[in-house]
Amino acid sequence: MTEIQMTVNGKAVRGTVEGRTLLVNFLREDLRLTGTHVGCDTSQCGACTVHVNGVSVKACTMLAADADGADVRTIEGMAAADGTLSALQQAFQDHHGLQCGFCTPGMVMTAAALLKENPKPTEAEVRHYLEGNICRCTGYHNIVKAILAASGQDVSAIAAE
Amino acid sequence: MYAFDFEKPSTIAEAVAALKDEDAQALSGGQTLLPTLKQRLASPSKLVSLGGIAEMQGICHNDAGQICIGAATPHARVAAEVAGDYPALAALAGGIGDPAVRNRGTIGGSLANNDPSACYPSAALASGAVIVTNARQIAADEYFQGMFATALDEGEIITEVRFPVPQSAAYVKFEQPASRFALVGVFVARFADGVRVAVTGASENGVFRWAEAEAALSANFAADALDGLSLPADGMIADLHGSAAYRAHLVAVLTKRAVANAS
Amino acid sequence: MPKDSGIGASSKRREDVRFLTGAGNYTDDINVHGQAYVHFLRSDVAHGRIVSIDTSDAAAMPGVVRIFTGDDFAGVGGLPCGWQVTDRFGQPMQEPAHPVLAQGKVRHVGDPIAAVVADSPEQARDAAEAIAVEIEELPAVVDMKAALSADAPKVHDDLTSNLCYDWGFVEENKDAVAAAFEKAAHVTTLELVNQRLVANPMEPRVAVGDYSRATDESTLYTTSQNPHVIRLLMGAFVLGIPEHKLRVVAPDVGGGFGTKIFHYAEEAFCTFAARQLARAVKWTSSRSEAFMSDAHGRDHVTKIELALDADNNFTALRTETYANMGAYLSTFAPSVPTWLHGTLMAGNYKTPLIYVNVKAVFTNTVPVDAYRGAGRPEATYQLERVIDKAARELGVDPIALRRQNFITQFPYATPVAVEYDTGDYHATMDKLEEIADLAGFEARLAESKARGKLRGLGVNCYIEACGIAPSNLVGQLGARAGLYESATVRVNATGSISVMTGSHSHGQGHETAFPQVVADMLGIDESMVEIVHGDTARTPMGMGTYGSRSLAVGGSAMVKATNKIIAKAKKIAAHLLEASEADIELKDGQFSVAGTDKSVAWGDVTLAAYVPHNYPLEDMEPGLEETAFYDPSNFTYPSGAYACEVEVDPDTGRVTVERFAAADDFGNIVNPMIVSGQVHGGLAQGIGQALLEGAAYDENGQLLTGSYMDYAMPRASDLPFYTVDHSCSTPCTHNPLGVKGCGEAGAIGSPPAVVNAVVDALRRQGHDITHIDMPLSPSRVWAAMQGE
Repeated sequence: MTEIQMTVNGKAVRGTVEGRTLLVNFLREDLRLTGTHVGCDTSQCGACTVHVNGVSVKACTMLAADADGADVRTIEGMAAADGTLSALQQAFQDHHGLQCGFCTPGMVMTAAALLKENPKPTEAEVRHYLEGNICRCTGYHNIVKAILAASGQDVSAIAAE
Repeated sequence: MYAFDFEKPSTIAEAVAALKDEDAQALSGGQTLLPTLKQRLASPSKLVSLGGIAEMQGICHNDAGQICIGAATPHARVAAEVAGDYPALAALAGGIGDPAVRNRGTIGGSLANNDPSACYPSAALASGAVIVTNARQIAADEYFQGMFATALDEGEIITEVRFPVPQSAAYVKFEQPASRFALVGVFVARFADGVRVAVTGASENGVFRWAEAEAALSANFAADALDGLSLPADGMIADLHGSAAYRAHLVAVLTKRAVANAS
Repeated sequence: MPKDSGIGASSKRREDVRFLTGAGNYTDDINVHGQAYVHFLRSDVAHGRIVSIDTSDAAAMPGVVRIFTGDDFAGVGGLPCGWQVTDRFGQPMQEPAHPVLAQGKVRHVGDPIAAVVADSPEQARDAAEAIAVEIEELPAVVDMKAALSADAPKVHDDLTSNLCYDWGFVEENKDAVAAAFEKAAHVTTLELVNQRLVANPMEPRVAVGDYSRATDESTLYTTSQNPHVIRLLMGAFVLGIPEHKLRVVAPDVGGGFGTKIFHYAEEAFCTFAARQLARAVKWTSSRSEAFMSDAHGRDHVTKIELALDADNNFTALRTETYANMGAYLSTFAPSVPTWLHGTLMAGNYKTPLIYVNVKAVFTNTVPVDAYRGAGRPEATYQLERVIDKAARELGVDPIALRRQNFITQFPYATPVAVEYDTGDYHATMDKLEEIADLAGFEARLAESKARGKLRGLGVNCYIEACGIAPSNLVGQLGARAGLYESATVRVNATGSISVMTGSHSHGQGHETAFPQVVADMLGIDESMVEIVHGDTARTPMGMGTYGSRSLAVGGSAMVKATNKIIAKAKKIAAHLLEASEADIELKDGQFSVAGTDKSVAWGDVTLAAYVPHNYPLEDMEPGLEETAFYDPSNFTYPSGAYACEVEVDPDTGRVTVERFAAADDFGNIVNPMIVSGQVHGGLAQGIGQALLEGAAYDENGQLLTGSYMDYAMPRASDLPFYTVDHSCSTPCTHNPLGVKGCGEAGAIGSPPAVVNAVVDALRRQGHDITHIDMPLSPSRVWAAMQGE
């Protein structure tokens, strides 16, 4: 067992984990931050995406022990303290960028990373950046639209609702 | 995953020592190793994380003009930092997996694993890169020894990869529709003394150089210099996603595209 | 002018807030104090006889609580099939037993052999690997036609063959259809495969069984689209637990697409084991496990023939389909290739004579059941593909050929036993031509050509029957369940409302759309209405969500219950206003006396119902709560016309979808934003089927596509922005909202459009290609271009 400590959504946390404990398990089970989801076991669906030291990472493909000392941000840390949604989260709601909600936390975390790297992405850049996030409900139309809208671009010309 | 111990040394020497334990295995970015462990296809007694070793991180140039990439440098950093000096290599790194994978996966991990569908082996082989380990330097032509097989000895760690910079180069990947790994990927690198063409994804023997194409392109670096050249389907991978003949065909198509795109 | 609330408004989804902040409550987020974990040891061979199972070493491993095998379920029922099909000869289908854990034989890779319950998931898995199982491997049957040969190994030894049923529809028409083919001026024949798919909701299945010794009550938390159906099937047929001692909760569910309709062994196991152990037992599927334990979809092999007269009128249609059932009958499997498929073969066309033959076959593969569209995509695909082929053979415009044969008079009784209530197929085709800018195709074709790409256009229509279903009808057809829906509208004292519905939302947005209906009817704010669903202890007995039925059937129940509320509230208002009930009008949340300025607010009436100081107690009970059950009198028949433009890379065979337009007629619309989202998702799954997806087995029954490494899921970069339109509206005539289902349309209508477009692109280039089987992967398209 390994003692680990990290900062999660701005709060210092610590725990004791096995070598084989994945970061996503530590978040979901030890910290009860269940917004980070597990949708596959081959590191492809992206439902588990979180930020580690400022960049997006698949929490199902990183050992908790390897995240010792890291600064981690999850979907639970994306809204303001008073519950106000971030502009990106709000864009997902405004443009119906989610249905069942299961892939949504990973989509939001990936999209946030994109907009940090590339504040005004093109449609093609958005679609390419979502390569590691699978959604089965939306057909991506409204996810892409929401991300473009969150970047401040006019999406009124994109086929409507 | 089976249970294992975890260690995270901060120097190469400590890592080498830690890997002396029986069934200990190095963990770099883990983007291939961890999914493999989840399927319980391997049972290391200990994983030695290379992520805490500062001397294996980062990118610099040596006196020979080579780009030296620390083996634990993630793809995203290579994509960002060599874009000016070696755009084809940066583009390859920026096209591996997806953004989250690129933030964790490393060049050393990719080359050590030598997956037949991975991108990096083609860049290393086409560039004539030198694989530097804790013990020695290995030329790319000697390093790759078939599917998942390399010249690395037990416990040997890649610490750095040195890329000679070609005059122009390009990598073109045709993605397998499900995994998005390379169904076929071709890296073409044009040096003053000739052209090197490395192919990944296609062969049952892993990454390889296409000698006929190299000869033709060394004589005339133009896509139409490849007209009429083809690879035999024998020895090509055949699976759900493409027959051997299809892969052989793609190699020719992508090589032409790489030549046309080379910059 | 778009509305900003009520029916017709694109109200933002209230459920989004919890999903966007990580506060959703999915089944895997539920942990019961002291729970144990189960790992299923699954067969790695497709067909074999279990010689022995030795659990002694495994039982001694750390953390192991108990190990169960098939023997533990000897006294327990098997998983029931909910639909009995009667064959062409009047005989019931062959119906094999489906044990919770394998008994005697394993019949597909993934068939559960043993279950280890342990203190942690990893301990359970460690111990499962220590179970010594000896299996005598038997030859597997994978190919359906081979499975029907006389010497084929039998999947079930106690059945006479691997044939589940040989179904003819309408059997009495068979000879007349044959005669029509004899007289035909032209016959177009097409053989095709509608490949096996895996539904792949992003949330894998999870089950948590719990048991209270104090009350003798079992609770199952499960990823289900229909918790009451699971309670009924599992309680009555598998475990023998009466409903009042069994609660099934399906909390937030991360997508279903059909595969979470069915009752699965893992649910029964967790419920059973929790009772045995007096301890909660949790199972969380991995994606790899999901590929070999979730029911698959489609998997039809079909020959279709279309007869036309000299004027290109369709005169008859005949199909022969082999439908894969897999190794066992999943809950509704037999209904999919029959009643959900044969009844749709008329499509949008007035073909007078139709005969459909379906042979359902057992093989050593994962069971196959309903997946988004279920039978209707298979019908649409073959019909719209054969029409396209006929148009090419005859040298006529494929749209014109369709238009010429459209049904134009409604109601219309098809020769395959359904009656379309409304539709206007010319209108949707007109709309499609407009929104898809078909007039601009030639210019885009030239532009593609200039870039060295082959462009093609594919157009098709679809009709579907959804909003299932009239109970008395489906009962005659073999359903062992009713298909009504329920709603309880509970008006609280201060006027807020809880609506308990039997429908279940797993992405469809019921929590937003349903309040729009109730609030609109009452003239109150949507935020005053809350939807309660997914818990048998909190909702009336309802049949759940599938077959695009929630609004058409569940919404109708809600309307019925709300009308009862209005009727009673008017009586109370009449009393409070000292007026005649007949004079009371309800508008904007105010009850007023017609022609006067006397009124009483909604909240005053509801308060009076619960604080009945001034109340006609001699005439009426206090309270304001009503329940309604709605059983539809017919299906709803959404229809539409779709257009796809693709580019094919001539060097690699890679197909990209450049444009996709969908013109749908869904009748009246409650929330246009949500409806469009449903269409988008359906289109992505249909395009995914056409280009990417496919579950494949090798000849030994090993699943070759057991993870996302080999099963190609559509990604954002595979898809375009879609142009969708649902302004063509012929309201449903038989439900109170005039609505038709919209959930499956996109998945039903889109595959033929894509394939038609690819064939068009290749033919324009001079390739003599009439068909390529899905998925149209680069390698398949390239091989077709090589003449292979």
